[in-house]
Amino acid sequence: MSTETLAAGLETALPTTLFRFATAGSVDDGKSTLVGRLLHDSKAILADTLDAVARTSADRGFGGENATGTRAIDLALLTDGLRAEREQGITIDVAYRYFATDRRSFILADCPGHVQYTKNTVTGASTADAVVVLIDARKGVLEQTRRHLSVLQLLRVAHVIVAVNKIDLVDFSEQVYRDIEADVQKVARELGLGREQSNASGVTDLFVVPVSALDGDNVVDRSERTPWYSGPALLEVLETLPAADELEADLESFRFPVQLVIRPQGALAPDAVAAGLDVEAYRDYRAYAGQITEGSVKLGDEVTVLTPGHEPRTTSVIGIDFAGRSLQEAAAPQSVAIRLADEIDVARGDTIAAAGTVRESTADLYASLCWLSPKPLREGQKVLVKHGTRTVQALVRAVSGKLDLATFNVEPASSLELNDIGHAQLRLSAALPLENYLHHRRTGAFLVIDPLDGNTLAAGLVKDHPGDHEDERYVI
Amino acid sequence: MSTQTTNAPTPGAVAAAAALQSTRLSSLDTLESEAIHIIREVVAEFEKPALLFSGGKDSVVMLHLATKAFWPGKVPFPVLHVDTGHNFPEVIDFRDRTVERLGLKLVVGSVQEFIDRGELAERADGTRNPLQTVPLLDAIQRNKFDAVFGGGRRDEDKARAKERILSLRDEFGQWDPRNQRPELWNLYNGRHTVGQHVRAFPISNWTELDIWRYIERENIELPGLYYAHERDVFARDGMWRAVGEVSQPRPDEEVITKLVRYRTVGDMSCTGAVESDARTVADVVVEVAASTLTERGATRADDRISEAAMEDRKKDGYF
Repeated sequence: MSTETLAAGLETALPTTLFRFATAGSVDDGKSTLVGRLLHDSKAILADTLDAVARTSADRGFGGENATGTRAIDLALLTDGLRAEREQGITIDVAYRYFATDRRSFILADCPGHVQYTKNTVTGASTADAVVVLIDARKGVLEQTRRHLSVLQLLRVAHVIVAVNKIDLVDFSEQVYRDIEADVQKVARELGLGREQSNASGVTDLFVVPVSALDGDNVVDRSERTPWYSGPALLEVLETLPAADELEADLESFRFPVQLVIRPQGALAPDAVAAGLDVEAYRDYRAYAGQITEGSVKLGDEVTVLTPGHEPRTTSVIGIDFAGRSLQEAAAPQSVAIRLADEIDVARGDTIAAAGTVRESTADLYASLCWLSPKPLREGQKVLVKHGTRTVQALVRAVSGKLDLATFNVEPASSLELNDIGHAQLRLSAALPLENYLHHRRTGAFLVIDPLDGNTLAAGLVKDHPGDHEDERYVI
Repeated sequence: MSTQTTNAPTPGAVAAAAALQSTRLSSLDTLESEAIHIIREVVAEFEKPALLFSGGKDSVVMLHLATKAFWPGKVPFPVLHVDTGHNFPEVIDFRDRTVERLGLKLVVGSVQEFIDRGELAERADGTRNPLQTVPLLDAIQRNKFDAVFGGGRRDEDKARAKERILSLRDEFGQWDPRNQRPELWNLYNGRHTVGQHVRAFPISNWTELDIWRYIERENIELPGLYYAHERDVFARDGMWRAVGEVSQPRPDEEVITKLVRYRTVGDMSCTGAVESDARTVADVVVEVAASTLTERGATRADDRISEAAMEDRKKDGYF
């Protein structure tokens, strides 16, 4: 391609949007090959990397003597990680990959399936706009598939795509695919996952795509070998789904956890001053810096400032600043600095929210916990809870049950172990503006931290108080 | 159209606001917002952060993001440079001008001083990049930095692909890939005990092309050697190496003048140039988009030493 045509291509392609997705699967379902195939076919693999992989594949005799083209290259090697992993033939941790098409830049969280699948799936899914769950067409829906879908439902991942892989190994059989599709739909119905069950808050989509990662069928391009499948290829689905940020930006409940106060008090940036900043006008500058977690805000909007331990205060927005620009409006996930009409004391840990949309803060936290530490959770234990930009002490009052991911039943439990998902009640040292995770993916999430060594113990999802009904509690 | 608000100082550029409204954020805007969020979190939660600043493009982008995060205030932390003593003079000059322009404090850890004191030994191959770890950890300890920003990106290397945005290091600066904290949502856990510190990588999710598109969009100045220029070079290890005090051709290596540019800027003794006619940032964006070689594979001898070169250096406390 000449430089000129490439430049023209870039011109029309910009700006692309960002999309984050994760992969989840069981052992040997071909996940590494699928990831390698996506990277390879979207031309994200550069020549020197591909040469190295081709050499290793040849050394190991991959694909047999007569293999040609990508059949002779072990695509799984493209995602091969650290030396420790290569030596032991395992995958240690979530790895991040990057590729782009004309429409989108993709961030792929490649989550290993076999060990600590809950920990890795929760980690990958917490930032993902979509998760691709792999199923081996020869094996169908396994217990592990049910567990993965269960975790994704709990974390309210916006889109779930089930890739029925190795469809070439069942002779591209429509019947095999249809049976698996029906099983997936059945599990989804039991879980309340998918568009049929969607309501104002849950936007989870469910797609099922037959693929062959090894040969590339329906991965980047639609395959002629599955004429009975009229849907889009996997990459087409990923290119067209709305990102979670886009869905969250459309919500009416503006939320802005304050990270820090920008108050230069004369210590202005020399480059800004050199560029003509009016030093006098900025002498008393005071703005609250943060990232909008959901919704949008515009100049003049009435907002409520929530400070733990204080009465909520209402004021209005008089400035939305970003690095020398004054914005009329900003939306999730923009990082900005907000100025307020009244001189009220606002600090890190406070939340600025759209007035009339916030529920009363509370120190009683009811939650689902995904336990990620080898140290078990015990009743009576003291932990730290990090919610938004605030970290407080907490007492574990009760563990009220453990989820059986295979049956979706809640079973009695008094402690939680590594990879368990359970329900617990905590008492916080200060009232926080906790919100139901079902409706607020950012302000409904929190970390449980070990006060002794600082390690992250659990991913927490805020639930409503038992017996509470939406809209019944005081709205500020 | 302009926006006047009550006590708002309205800086010159108001018009750009409209462009952001009602349109989805571009991938660059999303990456920028994520990076600024991380920079602000680290500044809010740590006692004494510092930014690793080499004058290389990734660290220049990091510093630019920091100026945007705290505008109109000053960047509230010093910059730290580990000087191998083999740096390109124009890069050192660029570093000093940048620090001056932004009114920053510069802390320098010197590989040469450690060699002179006999605390580090010159390697047989003359490469000093791996020697940076000791002065880096020394500077972190002596200045009591508890968080150190780096411009590392996950697309650079297999080891970086698995590292967290906030990466906990022990007393020896070591990274333990098997014992990393899960990083959930946008809630970063920077808690650490005495002696530990945290490396923060706010541009983890950027690719080389993102970096160049951002440099173009924001009109960010870089050292001139990132752009095509005539230079005396000789071929070694499949790369073009500049003729300089610390990189002299062997008798069998012919010196020729070529139009080259650098894709990474490191130690002169191990950083190679690529043939290029990309004289402007727009040219470079096109060139990077069309490149068939990885950034480090093309230009860094230190990453070729072994397949797991970066992994080993990171475990030992490297950037």
